[in-house]
Amino acid sequence: MSDPLNAAALLANFVIVPAVAYGSQLALGALGVTLIYGILRFSNFAHGDTMAFGTMITILFTWWFQSLGMSLGPLPTALIALPFGILLCAAFVLLCDRMVYRFHRKNRADPVIFVIASVGVMFVMNGLVRFIIGPNDQNFSDGERFIIKAREFKQMTGLSEGISIKVSQGITVVTMIIVVAALFWFLNKTRTGKSMRAYSDNEDLALLSGINPDRVVAVTWILAAALATIAGTLYGLDKSFKPFTYFQLLLPIFASAIVGGLGNPLGAIAGGFVIAFSEITVTYAYKKFANYIVPGDWKADGLMQLLSTNYKFAVSFLILLMVLLFRPTGIFKGKAV
Amino acid sequence: MSYLIAENMTGGYGGADILHDCTIAAEKGEIAVIVGPNGAGKSTAMKAVFGMLDLRKGKVSLNGEDITSLTPQDRVSRGMAFVPQNQNVFPSMSVEENLEMGAFLRRDNIMDTMEQVFELFPILKEKRRQNAGELSGGQRQQVAVGRALMTQPQLLMLDEPTAGVSPIVMDELFDRIIEVARTGISILMVEQNARQALNIADKGYVLVQGANRYTDTGQALLNDPEVRKSFLGG
Amino acid sequence: MITSIRNVLYFAVMAGLIVLVGQMQSWNLALSILNLCLISAVMSLGVNMQWGYAGLFNVGVMGFAALGGLTAMLVSMPPVQEAWTAAGGGAWVGLGILVLMIATSAWLYRKLPKSGLRTALIMLVVIAGYVLLRMYFDPTTKVIEKVNPAASGYLGGLGLPILIAWPLGGLLAGGVAWIVGKITLGLRSDYLAIATLGISEIIVAVLKHEDWLTRGVKNVTGLPRPVPYEVNLQNAVWFNDLSEKLGADPVTFSSIFVKLCYAGLFTVVLLMVLWLSEKALRSPWGRMMRAIRDNEVSANAMGKDVTARHLQVFVLGSIVVGIAGAMLTTLDGQLTPSSYQPLRFTFLIWVMVIVGGSGNNWGAVLGGFVIWFFWIEAEPLGLWLMDTITSGMPADSGLRAHLLESAAHMRLATMGIILLLALRFRPRGLLPERTHQ
Repeated sequence: MSDPLNAAALLANFVIVPAVAYGSQLALGALGVTLIYGILRFSNFAHGDTMAFGTMITILFTWWFQSLGMSLGPLPTALIALPFGILLCAAFVLLCDRMVYRFHRKNRADPVIFVIASVGVMFVMNGLVRFIIGPNDQNFSDGERFIIKAREFKQMTGLSEGISIKVSQGITVVTMIIVVAALFWFLNKTRTGKSMRAYSDNEDLALLSGINPDRVVAVTWILAAALATIAGTLYGLDKSFKPFTYFQLLLPIFASAIVGGLGNPLGAIAGGFVIAFSEITVTYAYKKFANYIVPGDWKADGLMQLLSTNYKFAVSFLILLMVLLFRPTGIFKGKAV
Repeated sequence: MSYLIAENMTGGYGGADILHDCTIAAEKGEIAVIVGPNGAGKSTAMKAVFGMLDLRKGKVSLNGEDITSLTPQDRVSRGMAFVPQNQNVFPSMSVEENLEMGAFLRRDNIMDTMEQVFELFPILKEKRRQNAGELSGGQRQQVAVGRALMTQPQLLMLDEPTAGVSPIVMDELFDRIIEVARTGISILMVEQNARQALNIADKGYVLVQGANRYTDTGQALLNDPEVRKSFLGG
Repeated sequence: MITSIRNVLYFAVMAGLIVLVGQMQSWNLALSILNLCLISAVMSLGVNMQWGYAGLFNVGVMGFAALGGLTAMLVSMPPVQEAWTAAGGGAWVGLGILVLMIATSAWLYRKLPKSGLRTALIMLVVIAGYVLLRMYFDPTTKVIEKVNPAASGYLGGLGLPILIAWPLGGLLAGGVAWIVGKITLGLRSDYLAIATLGISEIIVAVLKHEDWLTRGVKNVTGLPRPVPYEVNLQNAVWFNDLSEKLGADPVTFSSIFVKLCYAGLFTVVLLMVLWLSEKALRSPWGRMMRAIRDNEVSANAMGKDVTARHLQVFVLGSIVVGIAGAMLTTLDGQLTPSSYQPLRFTFLIWVMVIVGGSGNNWGAVLGGFVIWFFWIEAEPLGLWLMDTITSGMPADSGLRAHLLESAAHMRLATMGIILLLALRFRPRGLLPERTHQ
């Protein structure tokens, strides 16, 4: 029997809901990368580890608050800790800029030197994170687990497939929308935001207009650190926190930023969802789905999975290659060719 | 005493000197034009006046104040504005935002100045919401000049404002520049189209190899047979 | 003159350090360090070609080294007959599809003019080939993996001498580099960096998860050696005579002897690569490469095909990295996919090149030695340092235990700081590139 309703529920549960959450996390990460690229003009390889660093601080504060007995009820305690994570991460990133990047900026060094320097910063951050919190998985989410449980959904609708939505997924999407709205308001409506766009557009002319480059750069780092910490914390709440996983997130994040067009914030968001949906649709096993959708007694043999989840990074990579081959500036026109 | 005096400027970009004892001045409300063959150091002289070049010798003063050691940004706050030849707008920002960025250093109300710019270049008012990168070459030059005017400068410096625009647009731009000068702003301009530029110039400087060759009023230079023969094509 | 004395001095100090380890710790350890120093030096010569000669930032060194390692295993291990029998025709069908896919793509690439259509067609062929492979070869992989999984569960290799794998590993790495380079070179430098990061992650993922090919995380152990085994040496008469003459314990000496054999082989390769690199650097080709690196715009204007030159040097450098990767797996005697960590295999090599002196082959060699030495010795040093710092704390202090446990991770941060300091204060490295006229 063909059963499209159950098939849709199945797909929603295992593809759409996780992809929306993952896409939001990637979008936030890619926004940070694209901002740095637009203003400082290099691909920041330390961004994955900046996420790990900010998340680590958030986790430490979360543990402390938990030990004090603080809680947000159904929401995870990490949300109270998040501002502290952002603050300290921003401070650390600004320190890195002061100690590392500023020197090369004053020398007007080649972009690739910045990339290599960012690799050095990545090393340092990675070492610090492993030193402080260790290389293992850390779980720090608390509060309610689900907004809708699969069982409740089944009871409500009478379907045999349930849709469950985790609290962390709901928080991810809501936070992403708030953060993106605030960021776009900042970039388009405030004096500082506009000066950042001007600097990104035409650095020399921005200087001629009296825009203070140090201020623009500092604000950019603070925004990037905030975006990284938020993205990292949401990812950690949704899955779990492991330093090496955050380093590996670098590839899908770069892919998102490039697919959308490096330096273009709108593109970063679109790119994040493109990558997330591709990754999950390509690695999902369609066996059960096919059994629902195909009429008659036909049963799928095998998992009907296009690509094993072991190779999910290959999806980002292939999309990246396709974009580079056919449209190097990205979907929305970015700066780089 | 002239409003801007740049005397005996000597220097270059680190290597050999490009300017040799070059002197340029501009009076209040008048148009000074620098002309000369390719590679004569016209744009370099302009950059030197604006402080984008380290001078080995010479002095720049504005309204009697020595500004030789000031950065370009500081010169902007002293009332100088510079329109570069290329990449002189913010392409992904709207016309209005371009003008706002021009007034970045000002904390007072900029709406009046913006209205004045729109009066001068009505087309910009029409396209105020459009991105500067999507405009035609002539319109983009208007945005560039408008952006520079937003600081309410006393001295407006233009580096080849008519490069790459059609003759009709060029005449139009020159008309606007005259209008700007009438409001009391001094203008210093580098031009390839020497004949047309000298036509509107109160003062003309002919540079050759980084040094002053002829200096006179625009009309006098146009009438000088030597200048005509060597630089204006007969 | 002064600089050449300084250069000799650097190498002398390095040799002295290794001897010091031999005296203070053990000769076995000193030789282990030396062998890995030699391999690191080859690898950093490869990266130096890409970065030092041409300014290309390859963040996928790990992947190319892993390809070399894979080749070493595939060439040297004996084929697993049972697996081939069990797989039956499936293995050949799979291979056939793969060959057909590659041949068709290559044919399309040659026959059609460069266009978006050609790229799309090739992609279509690759995707179709992939789907066919999954349909016909997947069941076969399950069968192969079921054949005695505790001991084999994979197809094995060709059973050839492992030394053949060194050049072959280089070629495999070069081939993959060609494809990556073809797509990303000519675009912004960041894109090459990101693409190489991606390809290396994928290569290592394949090594880890395709059990029928590599046994995955179960590792392939016991690769045949190009040098004698300790046990055989200890039983050989001539060897016992030799150790008696030297007054050494035969057991200890046998392991030192084996390491010396490896060191000999690696030194030969290092000298060959170094000689060729120096030759190339001084040739008109090398001068052109540097001219392009120093001023891409004007080189382009002079009619040099910058992208083609970059592709050339990128492939050459990757070949050298692949050779080094094969050498490393040979030395380990096993293929351990999970040991391919980007920090160890990519970024450490970069630190070697930059600290050693980008563009200077001797610098790359020196960097390989110095950084590997400190990478190894940093651990006992760090532990000792932590021990000293925490000695005032009570023995059961949780903080002390944590600090001691985490000391190893400080190596990463230390390497990062070394890289950053070198970039800032010594951007031309210990042995700066000589400026030729």
